[in-house]
Amino acid sequence: MSATHVTSAGAGARAVAPLALAVGVFGMTFGVLARDAGFGPVSAVVFSATTFAGSAQFAATSLVSAGGTLTAAIGTAVLLNVRYVPIGLSVAPSLHGPAWRRAHRPQLIVDESWAVGHLGGGRYDPGLILGAGLVLWGTWVVSTGIGALAGDVLGDPERLGLDAAFPALFLALLAGQIHDRRGFAAAALGAAIALVCVPFVPVGIPIVAASAACLIGLRR
Amino acid sequence: MSDAWIVVLAIGACTVVFKALGPVVIGGRQLPPRLAGVVALLAPTLLAALVVVSTFATSRTLVVDARAVGIAAAVVAIVLRAPLLVVIAVAAIAAALVRAL
Repeated sequence: MSATHVTSAGAGARAVAPLALAVGVFGMTFGVLARDAGFGPVSAVVFSATTFAGSAQFAATSLVSAGGTLTAAIGTAVLLNVRYVPIGLSVAPSLHGPAWRRAHRPQLIVDESWAVGHLGGGRYDPGLILGAGLVLWGTWVVSTGIGALAGDVLGDPERLGLDAAFPALFLALLAGQIHDRRGFAAAALGAAIALVCVPFVPVGIPIVAASAACLIGLRR
Repeated sequence: MSDAWIVVLAIGACTVVFKALGPVVIGGRQLPPRLAGVVALLAPTLLAALVVVSTFATSRTLVVDARAVGIAAAVVAIVLRAPLLVVIAVAAIAAALVRAL
Protein backbone atom coordinates (compact mmCIF):
# COMPACT_ATOMS: atom_id res chain seq x y z
CA MET A 1 0.00 0.00 0.00
CA SER A 2 1.31 3.45 -0.87
CA ALA A 3 1.51 6.35 1.59
CA THR A 4 -1.57 8.02 0.09
CA HIS A 5 -3.49 4.76 0.52
CA VAL A 6 -2.56 4.61 4.20
CA THR A 7 -3.62 8.25 4.69
CA SER A 8 -6.96 7.81 2.97
CA ALA A 9 -7.58 4.48 4.74
CA GLY A 10 -7.19 6.35 8.04
CA ALA A 11 -9.63 9.01 6.85
CA GLY A 12 -12.12 6.31 5.84
CA ALA A 13 -11.82 4.61 9.22
CA ARG A 14 -12.42 7.91 11.05
CA ALA A 15 -15.42 8.70 8.82
CA VAL A 16 -17.34 5.57 9.87
CA ALA A 17 -16.11 5.41 13.49
CA PRO A 18 -19.28 7.16 14.79
CA LEU A 19 -21.31 4.37 13.23
CA ALA A 20 -19.32 1.55 14.83
CA LEU A 21 -21.43 1.68 18.02
CA ALA A 22 -24.67 1.17 16.09
CA VAL A 23 -23.09 -1.55 13.93
CA GLY A 24 -21.78 -3.29 17.06
CA VAL A 25 -25.18 -3.33 18.76
CA PHE A 26 -26.87 -4.63 15.60
CA GLY A 27 -24.12 -7.23 15.19
CA MET A 28 -24.77 -8.54 18.69
CA THR A 29 -28.52 -8.55 17.99
CA PHE A 30 -27.85 -10.53 14.84
CA GLY A 31 -25.71 -13.00 16.78
CA VAL A 32 -28.55 -13.53 19.26
CA LEU A 33 -31.13 -13.93 16.48
CA ALA A 34 -28.88 -16.42 14.65
CA ARG A 35 -28.39 -18.46 17.82
CA ASP A 36 -32.13 -18.57 18.45
CA ALA A 37 -32.68 -19.63 14.82
CA GLY A 38 -30.40 -22.65 15.36
CA PHE A 39 -27.20 -21.31 13.80
CA GLY A 40 -24.04 -22.30 15.68
CA PRO A 41 -21.62 -19.51 16.68
CA VAL A 42 -19.19 -20.52 13.90
CA SER A 43 -21.80 -20.37 11.13
CA ALA A 44 -23.13 -17.04 12.45
CA VAL A 45 -19.62 -15.53 12.36
CA VAL A 46 -18.87 -17.01 8.91
CA PHE A 47 -22.19 -15.53 7.72
CA SER A 48 -21.16 -12.04 8.90
CA ALA A 49 -17.62 -12.40 7.54
CA THR A 50 -18.67 -13.48 4.03
CA THR A 51 -22.04 -11.83 3.41
CA PHE A 52 -21.23 -8.67 5.43
CA ALA A 53 -24.62 -7.09 4.76
CA GLY A 54 -26.88 -6.72 7.77
CA SER A 55 -30.23 -6.42 6.03
CA ALA A 56 -29.78 -9.64 4.04
CA GLN A 57 -28.53 -11.55 7.09
CA PHE A 58 -31.40 -10.39 9.32
CA ALA A 59 -33.98 -11.20 6.63
CA ALA A 60 -32.66 -14.70 5.92
CA THR A 61 -32.22 -15.59 9.59
CA SER A 62 -35.69 -14.30 10.54
CA LEU A 63 -37.21 -16.44 7.77
CA VAL A 64 -35.35 -19.56 8.98
CA SER A 65 -36.43 -18.75 12.55
CA ALA A 66 -40.08 -18.35 11.46
CA GLY A 67 -40.02 -21.76 9.79
CA GLY A 68 -39.72 -20.45 6.22
CA THR A 69 -38.24 -22.60 3.46
CA LEU A 70 -34.52 -22.51 2.67
CA THR A 71 -35.38 -21.26 -0.82
CA ALA A 72 -37.30 -18.30 0.61
CA ALA A 73 -34.50 -17.42 3.03
CA ILE A 74 -31.76 -17.65 0.40
CA GLY A 75 -33.86 -15.97 -2.31
CA THR A 76 -34.77 -12.99 -0.12
CA ALA A 77 -31.18 -12.37 0.94
CA VAL A 78 -29.89 -12.73 -2.63
CA LEU A 79 -32.46 -10.17 -3.87
CA LEU A 80 -31.47 -7.81 -1.04
CA ASN A 81 -27.85 -8.02 -2.16
CA VAL A 82 -28.34 -7.71 -5.93
CA ARG A 83 -27.62 -3.99 -5.52
CA TYR A 84 -23.94 -4.92 -5.06
CA VAL A 85 -23.75 -5.69 -8.79
CA PRO A 86 -24.27 -2.03 -9.86
CA ILE A 87 -22.33 -0.86 -6.80
CA GLY A 88 -19.39 -3.09 -7.84
CA LEU A 89 -19.68 -1.76 -11.38
CA SER A 90 -19.43 1.82 -10.09
CA VAL A 91 -16.08 1.21 -8.33
CA ALA A 92 -14.64 -1.01 -11.10
CA PRO A 93 -12.77 1.78 -12.98
CA SER A 94 -11.03 2.74 -9.69
CA LEU A 95 -9.72 -0.80 -8.99
CA HIS A 96 -6.53 -1.86 -10.74
CA GLY A 97 -4.24 -4.89 -10.64
CA PRO A 98 -4.63 -8.60 -11.39
CA ALA A 99 -8.06 -10.24 -11.45
CA TRP A 100 -7.74 -11.95 -8.05
CA ARG A 101 -7.01 -8.60 -6.44
CA ARG A 102 -9.92 -6.92 -8.22
CA ALA A 103 -12.09 -9.78 -6.91
CA HIS A 104 -11.15 -9.48 -3.23
CA ARG A 105 -10.73 -5.70 -2.86
CA PRO A 106 -14.46 -4.97 -3.36
CA GLN A 107 -15.41 -7.48 -0.63
CA LEU A 108 -15.04 -4.70 1.99
CA ILE A 109 -17.72 -2.71 0.19
CA VAL A 110 -20.94 -2.27 2.09
CA ASP A 111 -23.39 0.61 1.57
CA GLU A 112 -21.62 2.81 4.14
CA SER A 113 -18.01 2.23 3.03
CA TRP A 114 -19.03 2.67 -0.61
CA ALA A 115 -20.66 6.04 0.09
CA VAL A 116 -17.69 7.22 2.17
CA GLY A 117 -15.32 6.25 -0.65
CA HIS A 118 -17.16 8.28 -3.32
CA LEU A 119 -15.12 11.31 -4.34
CA GLY A 120 -17.88 12.64 -6.57
CA GLY A 121 -18.63 12.31 -10.26
CA GLY A 122 -18.39 8.53 -10.15
CA ARG A 123 -14.76 8.44 -8.96
CA TYR A 124 -13.93 6.27 -5.91
CA ASP A 125 -10.95 6.18 -3.55
CA PRO A 126 -10.05 2.52 -2.85
CA GLY A 127 -8.13 3.61 0.29
CA LEU A 128 -11.19 5.29 1.83
CA ILE A 129 -13.29 2.20 1.07
CA LEU A 130 -10.60 -0.04 2.60
CA GLY A 131 -10.34 1.95 5.85
CA ALA A 132 -14.08 2.39 6.30
CA GLY A 133 -14.75 -1.21 5.28
CA LEU A 134 -12.19 -2.68 7.71
CA VAL A 135 -13.69 -0.83 10.70
CA LEU A 136 -17.25 -1.84 9.76
CA TRP A 137 -16.31 -5.44 8.90
CA GLY A 138 -14.27 -5.96 12.09
CA THR A 139 -17.02 -4.51 14.26
CA TRP A 140 -19.71 -6.53 12.51
CA VAL A 141 -17.87 -9.87 12.72
CA VAL A 142 -16.67 -9.50 16.33
CA SER A 143 -20.05 -8.28 17.60
CA THR A 144 -21.82 -11.15 15.82
CA GLY A 145 -19.55 -13.57 17.67
CA ILE A 146 -20.22 -11.87 21.02
CA GLY A 147 -24.00 -12.00 20.44
CA ALA A 148 -23.90 -15.65 19.32
CA LEU A 149 -21.84 -16.69 22.37
CA ALA A 150 -22.97 -14.36 25.16
CA GLY A 151 -26.59 -13.93 24.17
CA ASP A 152 -28.81 -10.94 24.80
CA VAL A 153 -26.81 -8.57 27.00
CA LEU A 154 -27.88 -5.25 25.48
CA GLY A 155 -31.57 -5.51 24.86
CA ASP A 156 -33.49 -4.14 21.91
CA PRO A 157 -31.47 -1.80 19.62
CA GLU A 158 -34.75 -0.17 18.54
CA ARG A 159 -35.35 0.97 22.10
CA LEU A 160 -32.06 2.89 21.81
CA GLY A 161 -33.19 4.40 18.49
CA LEU A 162 -30.26 2.76 16.69
CA ASP A 163 -32.45 1.76 13.74
CA ALA A 164 -32.69 5.49 12.96
CA ALA A 165 -28.88 5.79 12.90
CA PHE A 166 -28.54 4.11 9.48
CA PRO A 167 -30.99 6.26 7.46
CA ALA A 168 -29.49 9.33 9.20
CA LEU A 169 -26.00 8.32 8.05
CA PHE A 170 -27.22 7.62 4.50
CA LEU A 171 -28.94 11.03 4.43
CA ALA A 172 -25.84 12.86 5.71
CA LEU A 173 -23.69 11.12 3.07
CA LEU A 174 -26.31 11.88 0.41
CA ALA A 175 -26.28 15.59 1.31
CA GLY A 176 -22.55 15.67 0.55
CA GLN A 177 -23.00 13.96 -2.83
CA ILE A 178 -25.49 16.21 -4.55
CA HIS A 179 -23.57 18.86 -6.43
CA ASP A 180 -25.94 19.78 -9.24
CA ARG A 181 -29.55 19.61 -10.40
CA ARG A 182 -29.00 16.31 -12.17
CA GLY A 183 -27.77 14.63 -8.96
CA PHE A 184 -30.72 16.05 -7.06
CA ALA A 185 -33.16 14.87 -9.73
CA ALA A 186 -31.68 11.35 -9.72
CA ALA A 187 -31.88 11.16 -5.91
CA ALA A 188 -35.48 12.39 -5.78
CA LEU A 189 -36.56 10.05 -8.57
CA GLY A 190 -34.73 7.09 -6.99
CA ALA A 191 -36.41 7.73 -3.63
CA ALA A 192 -39.83 7.97 -5.31
CA ILE A 193 -39.35 4.74 -7.29
CA ALA A 194 -38.24 2.88 -4.16
CA LEU A 195 -41.20 4.07 -2.07
CA VAL A 196 -43.76 3.25 -4.77
CA CYS A 197 -42.29 -0.25 -5.20
CA VAL A 198 -42.19 -1.25 -1.51
CA PRO A 199 -45.74 -2.68 -1.22
CA PHE A 200 -45.66 -4.47 -4.59
CA VAL A 201 -42.33 -6.29 -4.95
CA PRO A 202 -40.17 -8.52 -2.72
CA VAL A 203 -37.93 -6.85 -0.12
CA GLY A 204 -34.68 -5.62 -1.68
CA ILE A 205 -36.06 -5.04 -5.17
CA PRO A 206 -37.16 -1.41 -4.48
CA ILE A 207 -33.50 -0.42 -4.04
CA VAL A 208 -32.48 -2.18 -7.25
CA ALA A 209 -35.46 -0.65 -9.13
CA ALA A 210 -34.45 2.81 -7.91
CA SER A 211 -31.20 2.55 -9.89
CA ALA A 212 -33.32 3.07 -13.05
CA ALA A 213 -33.32 6.75 -12.03
CA CYS A 214 -29.63 6.86 -13.02
CA LEU A 215 -30.70 6.61 -16.66
CA ILE A 216 -31.23 10.38 -16.63
CA GLY A 217 -27.42 10.40 -16.80
CA LEU A 218 -27.78 9.37 -20.48
CA ARG A 219 -28.94 12.90 -21.31
CA ARG A 220 -26.10 15.21 -22.14
CA MET B 1 -24.94 -30.24 6.12
CA SER B 2 -27.31 -28.36 8.42
CA ASP B 3 -29.88 -25.88 7.11
CA ALA B 4 -27.97 -23.02 8.75
CA TRP B 5 -24.78 -23.83 6.86
CA ILE B 6 -26.64 -24.13 3.53
CA VAL B 7 -28.10 -20.64 4.08
CA VAL B 8 -24.75 -19.17 5.14
CA LEU B 9 -22.73 -20.65 2.27
CA ALA B 10 -25.30 -19.99 -0.48
CA ILE B 11 -25.90 -16.35 0.48
CA GLY B 12 -22.23 -15.71 1.25
CA ALA B 13 -21.12 -17.10 -2.14
CA CYS B 14 -23.73 -15.08 -4.07
CA THR B 15 -22.79 -11.84 -2.26
CA VAL B 16 -19.06 -12.34 -2.84
CA VAL B 17 -19.73 -12.91 -6.57
CA PHE B 18 -22.06 -9.85 -6.79
CA LYS B 19 -19.40 -7.57 -5.30
CA ALA B 20 -16.57 -8.97 -7.44
CA LEU B 21 -18.44 -9.13 -10.77
CA GLY B 22 -18.02 -5.51 -11.98
CA PRO B 23 -14.39 -5.08 -10.86
CA VAL B 24 -13.31 -8.44 -12.37
CA VAL B 25 -15.00 -7.81 -15.74
CA ILE B 26 -14.27 -4.06 -16.10
CA GLY B 27 -11.30 -3.75 -13.71
CA GLY B 28 -9.34 -0.52 -14.00
CA ARG B 29 -10.60 0.39 -17.47
CA GLN B 30 -12.66 3.51 -17.95
CA LEU B 31 -16.35 3.02 -18.67
CA PRO B 32 -17.73 4.32 -21.99
CA PRO B 33 -18.71 8.01 -21.44
CA ARG B 34 -22.47 7.46 -21.62
CA LEU B 35 -22.35 4.54 -19.18
CA ALA B 36 -20.03 6.57 -16.92
CA GLY B 37 -22.67 9.33 -16.83
CA VAL B 38 -25.21 6.78 -15.60
CA VAL B 39 -22.90 5.12 -13.06
CA ALA B 40 -21.88 8.52 -11.62
CA LEU B 41 -25.49 8.97 -10.48
CA LEU B 42 -25.61 5.60 -8.69
CA ALA B 43 -24.37 6.95 -5.36
CA PRO B 44 -26.99 9.71 -4.90
CA THR B 45 -29.74 7.50 -6.32
CA LEU B 46 -29.11 4.39 -4.22
CA LEU B 47 -28.42 6.44 -1.08
CA ALA B 48 -31.73 8.28 -1.48
CA ALA B 49 -33.51 4.94 -1.97
CA LEU B 50 -31.77 3.50 1.12
CA VAL B 51 -32.80 6.56 3.16
CA VAL B 52 -36.51 6.27 2.36
CA VAL B 53 -36.67 2.46 2.55
CA SER B 54 -34.79 2.25 5.85
CA THR B 55 -36.98 5.05 7.26
CA PHE B 56 -40.45 4.21 5.96
CA ALA B 57 -40.51 0.48 5.14
CA THR B 58 -41.03 -2.44 7.49
CA SER B 59 -40.76 -5.49 5.27
CA ARG B 60 -43.31 -4.71 2.50
CA THR B 61 -45.39 -2.19 4.44
CA LEU B 62 -44.92 1.58 4.43
CA VAL B 63 -45.08 3.02 7.94
CA VAL B 64 -44.40 6.32 9.67
CA ASP B 65 -42.90 5.55 13.10
CA ALA B 66 -40.14 6.72 15.43
CA ARG B 67 -37.58 6.38 12.64
CA ALA B 68 -39.35 9.21 10.74
CA VAL B 69 -38.91 11.49 13.76
CA GLY B 70 -35.26 10.44 13.92
CA ILE B 71 -34.68 11.30 10.26
CA ALA B 72 -36.49 14.64 10.67
CA ALA B 73 -34.11 15.48 13.51
CA ALA B 74 -31.22 14.40 11.28
CA VAL B 75 -32.40 16.80 8.54
CA VAL B 76 -32.28 19.70 11.03
CA ALA B 77 -28.77 18.66 12.14
CA ILE B 78 -27.57 18.39 8.52
CA VAL B 79 -29.03 21.81 7.62
CA LEU B 80 -27.19 23.26 10.64
CA ARG B 81 -24.00 21.63 9.27
CA ALA B 82 -23.50 19.44 12.34
CA PRO B 83 -20.69 16.84 12.17
CA LEU B 84 -21.60 13.30 11.11
CA LEU B 85 -21.38 11.96 14.67
CA VAL B 86 -23.89 14.57 15.86
CA VAL B 87 -26.28 13.84 12.96
CA ILE B 88 -26.30 10.12 13.80
CA ALA B 89 -26.61 10.71 17.56
CA VAL B 90 -29.45 13.23 17.15
CA ALA B 91 -31.41 10.79 14.97
CA ALA B 92 -30.97 7.89 17.41
CA ILE B 93 -31.84 10.01 20.47
CA ALA B 94 -34.95 11.47 18.81
CA ALA B 95 -36.20 8.00 17.81
CA ALA B 96 -35.45 6.59 21.27
CA LEU B 97 -37.32 9.47 22.95
CA VAL B 98 -40.40 8.92 20.78
CA ARG B 99 -40.40 5.21 21.66
CA ALA B 100 -39.97 6.01 25.35
CA LEU B 101 -43.07 8.26 25.40
